[in-house]
Amino acid sequence: MTVAVNPSQTGEPLFYLADEHPHPEGWSTALGFWIYLMSDCLIFAILFATYGVLGGNYAAGPAPKDLFDLNLVAVNTSMLLLSSITYGFAMLTMQQNEVAQTQVWLAITGLFGLAFIGIELFEFAHMIHEGATPQRSAFLSAFFTLVGTHGLHVSCGLIWLVTLMVQVQKFGLIEANRRRLMCLSMFWHFLDVVWIGVFTFVYLLGVLR
Amino acid sequence: MNTDTHAAHADHHHHGDGHAHGTFSTYLLGFVLSVVLTAIPFWLVMSGALPSKQITALVIMAFAVVQIVVHMIYFLHMNTTSENGWSMMALIFTIVMVVIALSGSLWVMSHLNSNMMPMHQMSGMN
Repeated sequence: MTVAVNPSQTGEPLFYLADEHPHPEGWSTALGFWIYLMSDCLIFAILFATYGVLGGNYAAGPAPKDLFDLNLVAVNTSMLLLSSITYGFAMLTMQQNEVAQTQVWLAITGLFGLAFIGIELFEFAHMIHEGATPQRSAFLSAFFTLVGTHGLHVSCGLIWLVTLMVQVQKFGLIEANRRRLMCLSMFWHFLDVVWIGVFTFVYLLGVLR
Repeated sequence: MNTDTHAAHADHHHHGDGHAHGTFSTYLLGFVLSVVLTAIPFWLVMSGALPSKQITALVIMAFAVVQIVVHMIYFLHMNTTSENGWSMMALIFTIVMVVIALSGSLWVMSHLNSNMMPMHQMSGMN
């Protein structure tokens, strides 16, 4: 906001706003949400750095090769990838104003996301059952923090998805709901991008080590 | 995006959120590329097709970088013009921060490790 003073007027000075003009509601939401995602990106960067530093400290405990089942990780990755394309279809049907079809694609996306979380929890439970708990070694602490934070994000995304499905059911594809669905779309695809880093640096490079 | 282009944009599409959108074919292309770029690294590691682990590691990291770019373009619809280029600016800034944080941490900590006295020598001293 720029405030300027015009001294040439006689008597009292004249103030006016040089920069402010009305904007439609939600005009800056996409950029704001993108900046949130970038800050989230920094959180993951720090967790990746922590894993990179501590990932080799097994404390005579299990190593990635003993713990990770790449078949399971491949299935998990495909779940997330499929949920990405189905969310894309939800966005496309949303643009065509097809409420029912949008809901169907959102539901399919949610099921894939749920499958992803289920498989991840199964993997965690399996590891903990074998004694590979977060307390076992620095490697496992860093692993559970990084992968767990990603899983937590996906879980929050699922809650958000269900909330938006209820919203769309109640109010239809109104402007506000379109904006919200677009934000969730960015969030969901962003989590897929983070997962690329996870399966490459944690799982594939871990098994390779 | 300012209000004028916003209005012009809304004329031929029935959405008005001022954000780039994909089409069926770009989503499908992005998906097919992602599947290929995911399947090859998994296959390389699971089959051990490449002779050395070092080369395999470099190749799968390269695949990850390419796949991240594919996701950015086809799923997140990144381009240099959306939001007057501010989303690209935020992305570039974030990438710089991420590179500094990651390479700095790994570099400093690996030097710290190699300059620390190894455990077996330390135990031999007492």
